[in-house]
Amino acid sequence: MEKMINIYLYGKKYEVPASLTIMGAMEYAGYQLVRGVGCRCGFCGACATIYRIKGQTELKTCLACQTQVEDNMYVATLPFFPLVKKVYDIEKVSPTEQIMMQLYPEIYACVGCNACTKACTQGLNVMQYIAYAQRGEYEKCAEESFDCVMCGVCSARCPAGITHPQVGLLARRLTGKYLAPETKHLLDRVAEIGRGDCEAALADIMSKTAEELKEMYNNRTFEK
Amino acid sequence: MFTKEMLDSIKKVEATREERLAKVLAGENPRRMTAEEKEQVLAAFHPDHIKSQFAELKIGPNKGERVPLELAEILQANSRINPADIDLSRTDLETDVLIIGGGGAGSAAAIMANENGAKVTIVTKLRHGDANTMMAEGGIQAADKPNDSPAQHYLDVMGGGHFKNVPELVYKLVHDGPECIQWLNDLGVMFDKEADGTMVTTHGGGTSRKRMHAAKDYSGAEIMRVLRDEVVNRGIEVIDFTAAIELIKDEQGRATGAVLMNMETKELLVARAKTVVIATGGAGRMHYQGFPTSNHYGATADGLVLAYRAGAPLLYAYTLQYHPTGVAYPTQIFGALVTEKVRSIGAQLINAEGEAFMNPLETRDVSAASIIRECKERGKGVPTPDGGFGIWLDSPMIERIHGEGTIEKRIPAMMRMYLKYGIDMRKQPILIYPTLHYQNGGIKIAANGMSDVENLFVAGEAVGGIHGENRLMGNSLLDIIVFGRNAGVQAAAAAKKTTLGTPTLAHVDAFAAEMKKAGIQTDKCSPILLPRYTHGNPRFEAK
Repeated sequence: MEKMINIYLYGKKYEVPASLTIMGAMEYAGYQLVRGVGCRCGFCGACATIYRIKGQTELKTCLACQTQVEDNMYVATLPFFPLVKKVYDIEKVSPTEQIMMQLYPEIYACVGCNACTKACTQGLNVMQYIAYAQRGEYEKCAEESFDCVMCGVCSARCPAGITHPQVGLLARRLTGKYLAPETKHLLDRVAEIGRGDCEAALADIMSKTAEELKEMYNNRTFEK
Repeated sequence: MFTKEMLDSIKKVEATREERLAKVLAGENPRRMTAEEKEQVLAAFHPDHIKSQFAELKIGPNKGERVPLELAEILQANSRINPADIDLSRTDLETDVLIIGGGGAGSAAAIMANENGAKVTIVTKLRHGDANTMMAEGGIQAADKPNDSPAQHYLDVMGGGHFKNVPELVYKLVHDGPECIQWLNDLGVMFDKEADGTMVTTHGGGTSRKRMHAAKDYSGAEIMRVLRDEVVNRGIEVIDFTAAIELIKDEQGRATGAVLMNMETKELLVARAKTVVIATGGAGRMHYQGFPTSNHYGATADGLVLAYRAGAPLLYAYTLQYHPTGVAYPTQIFGALVTEKVRSIGAQLINAEGEAFMNPLETRDVSAASIIRECKERGKGVPTPDGGFGIWLDSPMIERIHGEGTIEKRIPAMMRMYLKYGIDMRKQPILIYPTLHYQNGGIKIAANGMSDVENLFVAGEAVGGIHGENRLMGNSLLDIIVFGRNAGVQAAAAAKKTTLGTPTLAHVDAFAAEMKKAGIQTDKCSPILLPRYTHGNPRFEAK
């Protein structure tokens, strides 16, 4: 017999198998989820969840699909959080400090409480990447924020009203487009294709009979 | 976290590791199977070949063809609406290009349709970006290195798909590949690069050149969040939590909108458009043959149902991809994806006895069938607590080959996923088994992205034919961008030439009549939109 435990979903008590995730436990209890569920693998950030264990005072945060239930867990999901997303034209911005100042000036109001880092469901050093953004160090901000799933829990806990996930995303787009080195072999190949240099080889391989193609495939050489 | 039995088996894996490592470092992996060996293992062990798991379609454009039982059930099911109840003269939403689905393909289509001057609306049944794209880990293929070419890529794609692929679609895939990587790069996607800008590329199963570009093991997530951001920056209308439940056609038989349903309030809406793009993704949540899935919660083949009822034929709907390495243990993440990149960067597949029983980079269908054979026929799987089996993926090899820190740098999502359950894949191997991963077949399209129904375009996993009977790793992220962009451009162009006709749902009535004539009686309504899970709760399952 499977071990059963008690949990409280939005304050209501349910008995569920101890092996389930919070998301699984909600479904076991009878919910057919529409909000607060997405990839179910920890990539999409749809299932940000706040919980507290009975008798303790600390509020904890997690992704419901990635967290196993515990006895006497009080659970509330946070499937939507009104994050601020500023609109910009990626072609017209440049990776200078001004852009953050212009779009997300509230990052300079950070009080250094570190609540964002403590709340991060991915275990990221959120306050650190905001510090990098303040200094215009976008590559560092991009790297530090890379694993962000944009669940929004950090922003929910921020006294300064910072939208951390959007700051990280802007830093990453600036890095990918403007700061990362250009890829010469890619530009060359795109130009070759544009000139039609690859057409003859493609036409040739497309003209092969099924047998010829199989022969070629079975005798391919592999890059080591 | 591992059971006693597993820990005993791990000792056997460790006992052979040094010897296996020495061989790998000398450039030697277990040999690849011959063409005959591959055919044999596929025929005997691949789920696509288990005849009892398929049904013949009795009605519709693909009448007489076999599809998975669960798919047959929803293709030949009742509409969620009675057309007589829908007032088509009431238009709740009017646009040029209506895009159904807010994943990678839908977002790429939206950006390009917007770029080409069309008014675009995306409707999506969950949130914008909640899609299989978000979960694609390993990478995206494109032939952009000097030792590679689109023709070489073409050969790999065709062979991987068992030469069933539609040549014109493969041409487009490989030809437009490099341009699409450039497009993503210019939108700000952070690809893994060397200091001089050279892309860090690896092999995937069945590739002859290292053409797998990646953004760590968040490749799809990185692409998706950039595309989503770009859609918002362009002011494109996105309507979340709104599903399309039926297509609307006009008097000429052209697609001209959809009946929508608010997922929360159940309110029905009539959306009119000059052209429609189906970008609804895959079908993992149908759990064909009882397999777990690596797919998103919304992957329920909705687009196939809508298109089929509207008269668009499917292509190769019988073929699914079972990803060789889904999580077999721990239970909490059963079926979740373990990216192929784990093998690309050195981990071998090892049985319970510590033997490397196959080359780690065969194509996905062959790998999955071979793993199933190892467990079911040869009895060399590792038993799991819920009655299944698993095979080891010897992840500690990675850092022995490429140095300490490689796992955290190259596959951080995998490391994080396992650490949550007390398993450190840097130190211990991980247990895997095939999981339902991808819908190889789908709606038939021409090279311009249009289905057999005029003005109905399709992009992404809902399309059939690009990948034949088996897709290679990294060609799906590529296909959503190539064919998503293409659908956007083509749908915008077609919209310019289209004036709205008279809306009708006559095809829904006609389909119901056809069902009746064929003697199909069912309580089932489709599209099903979301799966229902109760995790063994007797209160719900004892009905």
